[in-house]
Amino acid sequence: MSAQAVERETLEPAAAPARPPVGSPLSAELGELLANRTALLSLLVVLAVAAIALFAPWIAPHDPYEANLLRRLQPPVWLEGGEWTHPLGCDQLGRDILSRILFGARVSMTIGLLVVAIAAVIGTTLGLLAGYLRGFVDILIGRIVDTLLGFPYLIFAIGLMAAMGPGLANIVLALVLKEWVLTCRVARAETLAAREMDYVEAARALGASPARIMLGEILPNILSPVLVVATFRMATIVILEASLSFLGLGVQPPIPSWGSMVADGRAFLLDAWWVATLPGVAIFVLVLAINLASQGLRDAFDPRLRA
Amino acid sequence: MMRPLALVERLLQLVPVLFGIALVVFLMMQATPGDPVELMLGDALATPEQREALRRDMGLDRPLPERFLLFLGDALTLDFGQSFHHRRPVADVILERLPATIELTLAAMVIAIAVGVPLGVVAAVRRDGWIDRLATILGLAGVSMPGFWLGILLILLFSVQLGWLPVSGRIGFSGEVPPVTGFLLIDTLLAGRPQSFLEALRHLLLPAVTLGLAMAALLMRVTRTSMLEALRQDYVTFATAKGLPRRQVLIRHALRNALTPTVTVAAIETGTLLGGNMIVETVFGWPGLGRLVVEGIFTRNYPLVQAAVLLYAVTYVLLNLAADILQTVLNPKVRL
Repeated sequence: MSAQAVERETLEPAAAPARPPVGSPLSAELGELLANRTALLSLLVVLAVAAIALFAPWIAPHDPYEANLLRRLQPPVWLEGGEWTHPLGCDQLGRDILSRILFGARVSMTIGLLVVAIAAVIGTTLGLLAGYLRGFVDILIGRIVDTLLGFPYLIFAIGLMAAMGPGLANIVLALVLKEWVLTCRVARAETLAAREMDYVEAARALGASPARIMLGEILPNILSPVLVVATFRMATIVILEASLSFLGLGVQPPIPSWGSMVADGRAFLLDAWWVATLPGVAIFVLVLAINLASQGLRDAFDPRLRA
Repeated sequence: MMRPLALVERLLQLVPVLFGIALVVFLMMQATPGDPVELMLGDALATPEQREALRRDMGLDRPLPERFLLFLGDALTLDFGQSFHHRRPVADVILERLPATIELTLAAMVIAIAVGVPLGVVAAVRRDGWIDRLATILGLAGVSMPGFWLGILLILLFSVQLGWLPVSGRIGFSGEVPPVTGFLLIDTLLAGRPQSFLEALRHLLLPAVTLGLAMAALLMRVTRTSMLEALRQDYVTFATAKGLPRRQVLIRHALRNALTPTVTVAAIETGTLLGGNMIVETVFGWPGLGRLVVEGIFTRNYPLVQAAVLLYAVTYVLLNLAADILQTVLNPKVRL
């Protein structure tokens, strides 16, 4: 097994031949997912964070931007000096930490979902083209993929953010530019396997055009591994966004993002540990939930990969 | 073992990848806002003629493809120009910071391997036992925790609360020794100062654990999976049936074969450690290359950032190559 192959096995599902499109009733897979309690609970957590992100202005007890220096570094409610009006305490400008964490979910969820979705579309399209058309297209896409794989992820993102400057749209762009590669490799491998299957042969014999075969025959059959990879990758994207924001290269202040909140709190570790640590809990919980939920999804939708 | 021809072939495959990487890095820096001449001059006053001369000097008056070729030539001779901020060659500035980063990365690797591999083996051998459960939890937590947060938690516990370990830096003023190799763990010993050595070690511990934990988690998972796979093989059953001691079966037969993927993942993950460096060095005030790059971004020291990104990427590609070669050594069935 080459290094790349091992990497693929650890990061992505192995590329086994795509299954023929015989009865794979969605209800059975959903049933299996629902029976897996850890996965179900994790999925609920992810959905809850999504709901928080959507409804933050209505849920948050305070305006996340409202500073009140009288409440500077006020401790959370369970510590001496804490009050119920600010359950998780206040930051260095006296802003309500709970409200900022709730609003911070917007940045994490938006970037996580956008990057994964855009990268999945680009990666699947290019992977399909490379795997089905082979030849020059495959070589060209392969070269780009190899080049991008040559960059450690965070280094690539940091380099791009340094060049483009901070901001939400730039983060999405910087992460998508590297992220599509992983989906592309999965989609290509699955397409390579699928194009040799009888049902593709049959479609070809019936005179279907390449576009028709790719979209109508192959795409539906490679979707589930692609989706499984995408859900797993969202966990990484959330951490990457938080890391960029922590370094000051992500979303700019005063917009609350979990990573930059941790960075802001670092200066006050000695007297106010809660400012830096509490937003980190939010990142950890969301990433853990995404990881567990996608494990459940994988087991339900791609039984080949079960350990 | 590897056929020499295969090695040459594999090396040749590197050429387009390295070329592509150089192109991407070059284009990245072309996208930076602002005029490089103004950046270079900073606040210094200059006449329009001087600006024009500097522009010519930096090759900015030439077309893009030509500038790329110039950049490529410079990169091959490790000439990355002057660091804006330090007024010294970029290569010198980077070289000065490199030992600190390598020391940290190696320490993180050692911790990751020392924790991850044995835990993976035990988890596989005693499947579903309490160690296996613990390993599963560690594995999940390790990959779900952002490094900067873990670092801060460790600082709060071991530095602020318990006061056992220092908060930041590589060594205290009193412990400083004349630099020879740049690796403090070696330099302190060369200077014959065990006290300083211990101090350097104490400074190194938290950053290395922070950096290594995610890799430990991954190595654990890979080792566990491949060990479970190996334990199912006929040769293990046969060795057991032959009456060999359990320990010998596990180590000589199962582990030896199970380690191949672990080694590969370890080599690849070291590349991920390179990115993690930036975060961990920032959290712990570690005076290495990662922090230099992060600072360079904010001072718009683009020649430095460009050279560092290129260096990281080339290192990563070479690590992948090393992993491939190691594969063939460990497992004669694998051909390059």
